[in-house]
Amino acid sequence: MTTMTTPVLQASGVTMRFGGLTAVRSVDFTVNTGEIVGLIGPNGAGKTTFFNCLTGLYVPTEGTVTYKGTVLPPKPHLVTKAGIARTFQNIRLFANMTVLENVLVGRHTRTKEGLWSALLRGPGFRKAEKASEERAMELLDFVGLAAKRDHLARNLPYGEQRKLEIARALASEPGLLLLDEPTAGMNPQETRATEELVFAIRDKGIAVLVIEHDMRFIFNLCDRVAVLVQGEKLVEGTSDVVQADERVVAAYLGEPFEGDPGTAETADVAAAETGAAPQSSTTSTKGEAQ
Amino acid sequence: MTDTTKTPTPENTAPATTAPRGPLPLPTAAARALLLAGGLATLASTFLAWTWTSEFPGDLTVYGYPGGLQWLTFTAGLLTTLFTLASYQVRGLRWLLPAGNNTPLLLTAVGAFGVTWFTILAIAIELGGLVNLEPGGWIAAVASLLPLLGALALPPATATSGTGSTGGTKETIKAYVAKPEHIPAAQPLNGWAQRLIITAVTALGLAVFTYGIDTEYGELFIGYLIVVVFAVWALHTAGLLDRFSRLVAANRGFTLAMGFAAAIAFPFTQTDDHYANIGVNILIFGTVALGLNIVVGLAGLLDLGYVAFLGVGAYTAALVSGSEFSKFSGVQFPFWAAALTGMAASLVFGVLIGAPTLRLRGDYLAIVTLGFGEIFRIAVNNMDGQSGPDVTNGPNGIPSIPDLKLFGFNFGNPHDLGGFTLGRFANYYLLMVLIMAIVVLVYTRAADSRIGRSWIAIREDETAATAMGINGFRVKLIAFALGASLAGLAGTVSAHVTYSVVPTPYQFAGSTPPNSAFLLAAVVLGGMGTVAGPLLGAALLYLLPEKLDFLQDKSLLAFGIALILLMRFRPEGIIANRRRQLEFHETGQLDIPDTPTLTGEPAVTTKAGA
Ligand SMILES: Nc1ncnc2c1ncn2[C@@H]1O[C@H](COP(=O)(O)OP(=O)(O)OP(=O)(O)O)[C@@H](O)[C@H]1O
Ligand SMILES: [Mg+2]
Repeated sequence: MTTMTTPVLQASGVTMRFGGLTAVRSVDFTVNTGEIVGLIGPNGAGKTTFFNCLTGLYVPTEGTVTYKGTVLPPKPHLVTKAGIARTFQNIRLFANMTVLENVLVGRHTRTKEGLWSALLRGPGFRKAEKASEERAMELLDFVGLAAKRDHLARNLPYGEQRKLEIARALASEPGLLLLDEPTAGMNPQETRATEELVFAIRDKGIAVLVIEHDMRFIFNLCDRVAVLVQGEKLVEGTSDVVQADERVVAAYLGEPFEGDPGTAETADVAAAETGAAPQSSTTSTKGEAQ
Repeated sequence: MTDTTKTPTPENTAPATTAPRGPLPLPTAAARALLLAGGLATLASTFLAWTWTSEFPGDLTVYGYPGGLQWLTFTAGLLTTLFTLASYQVRGLRWLLPAGNNTPLLLTAVGAFGVTWFTILAIAIELGGLVNLEPGGWIAAVASLLPLLGALALPPATATSGTGSTGGTKETIKAYVAKPEHIPAAQPLNGWAQRLIITAVTALGLAVFTYGIDTEYGELFIGYLIVVVFAVWALHTAGLLDRFSRLVAANRGFTLAMGFAAAIAFPFTQTDDHYANIGVNILIFGTVALGLNIVVGLAGLLDLGYVAFLGVGAYTAALVSGSEFSKFSGVQFPFWAAALTGMAASLVFGVLIGAPTLRLRGDYLAIVTLGFGEIFRIAVNNMDGQSGPDVTNGPNGIPSIPDLKLFGFNFGNPHDLGGFTLGRFANYYLLMVLIMAIVVLVYTRAADSRIGRSWIAIREDETAATAMGINGFRVKLIAFALGASLAGLAGTVSAHVTYSVVPTPYQFAGSTPPNSAFLLAAVVLGGMGTVAGPLLGAALLYLLPEKLDFLQDKSLLAFGIALILLMRFRPEGIIANRRRQLEFHETGQLDIPDTPTLTGEPAVTTKAGA
């Protein structure tokens, strides 16, 4: 077990409200170097929303996100530049670009050739393009898609699209990779392969934070697992601790338990809906406009 | 398309055993013979008189040689005959039908039939009745019908897909006009032969294009369009265009050089400066369309006010041209300085308009750019010293812009060059070829680079693109500003070509180019995201209203209908970008997906953004 404790990612008090709905409620969260951390929770628990807060797609209502000690501005391209890369729950590849081009776009933050150098095509430009392509091919090799470099992304089978999304994210040379349900829709063999891939990514020195509903996958993979229920972090710990916790089971089965955040939530929602209805439109469009 | 490869079941072997046939009940041999005989008869009929009076333009009254529209019938008949001979496996012509399909026969036959019957009907209608036809006209009408009947008696495609003909009428029609999936590869040619072919095709292209520009009356232009459309379609279905584009891909630099050589050669083929005028206007229009293609085709930003940037360039050039009606009549910049000023002014304008609007997505951007485009026109209309500051002379514009002088070379005077006389418009034409070359270079280099990829990524899925580290606003602004400055550059030349600048051409939609709607139509019609597409689209959209002046204000209606039809049957435009072709047609791609692929969001983003 890796026991290094330098934090890569530190989220403190992250809250995301959509009008009356609090999707994420003051979550404190840390990912250390060399760790694979799992984030689980029932549907609608706010896992994806939490990811969007980390990556700047949503501006958190409250709280800050720190990457290697510096506070991240809530702008997706700056977050990626700082070193956090992600994949999406519903695959968002550049469908009509080739596999190679998708990965090259991922290199955007690590290259800097602008319009002028593209127009003048000096030796520096050629060298940078060649280096980018080599790096992209290495990554395609790493995920096993090198042979498909010239295929359009939209024509890949589902499992390979997920792999390509990972390769594209890795192209930005991140220190932390966020994976949102990387095995959704995969068969057991593909899931196994993805497990190997995530371990290999960690071995490259990249910390991984992964959302997943497949418990076997999560408990095989993760050094630490956090459970999010109705926007609140319920339990956090090693696989054994989380598996043994009855509140987690209850949360998944939808049974009531002591200290139920559901009651508080309901009251909260009712209060907010009567009081702050107009707020909803401004907040929910904000993420889209970034 | 996959059912042809399945093991045959009793039902679909039945039609295969009886030889596949077309809708007309004729034996194949007879059908071929009909095609050949009809083709030859069509050729022969063009040497006869079709009408008795030379009132019909082109003088079709002479025996002994073709004239006017008869030349077009002759060309179409010749193509029909050649394709028929190729289907007879005549030595030396077999390369015309590499896939051995019958579709090209049908299409050329339709072309010959169409142009001939169009001519006959035009004679009858314009001169008042069928009595105006000479026997030659009747012969031509019958002769051109024969190949069509023959072609309809042939099976739609090669024998292998005979099973497909059992479907409904729609499938039958589709099978008739479709390109076979597999075109046998050509024998490898050595470099010289390849270049020779490219040279020959470029020369032919120049000849065809020149003929189109030089058509003197509307009937001839319509006939020309009929023949060109069906001939190109036939060559496409025969697989010859695919083969040629493979040659082009292998000799990219050479083809580009030949293309520019052909563009430069154009004014030398003209005796009348009027056609060079058409040429230079097409080039200006095409250059601006290519600039718009960066904004729309690459970055996916729907700009409905793009023509305003052409206007900014033109007005800037006019103001510093030394015209006595200019506000700054004392100032006369040399051309390079005027061009840079025009570009810079457009760039500033582009940034000013882009900075607030590019934060919007899709439809909002379209509406705001539409508004800004109109604001420009209304503003220059009012900056006349009464309703606003005195800058642009209002609706009167800035007239008598002097001709350009470059290195002591006055563009206004005719010049003799190796026995050819280049008139005023020919001079400007050559300058525009140079500018277009620059724009083509900018387009291709920008598209194939880090910035070009980020434009395409933004177009495909803006959220994912920003999550990949692309500063969406910044790269969109660069695309917008680059497009604007290229249009401004074209504008500086256009001010000098037209002697004067007035506000009217810079509107959203009008019946003559350039206007924003036409520019966008040129890009979409020609093929978004390609270099040749917008140029071809611009040529077509310029020539159509110019040649078919009887359409007048109905031309907008005609374009509307044409665009709807095009979007229905060929959404990727006339010249397809490989990417977009794969996007719209699932066949003919490298790998056909066996599992459901990307759904929903990215595709929707593309549609909304494009
Ligand atoms: N932009 C938004 N505007 C309003 N509500 C939102 C928005 N995004 C998410 N929500 C709400 O926030 C809650 C959490 O959603 P989220 O997608 O984060 O859940 P999740 O844990 O990722 O669920 P799943 O496991 O199904 O992916 C949901 O109730 C959802 O409807
Ligand atoms: Mg989710």
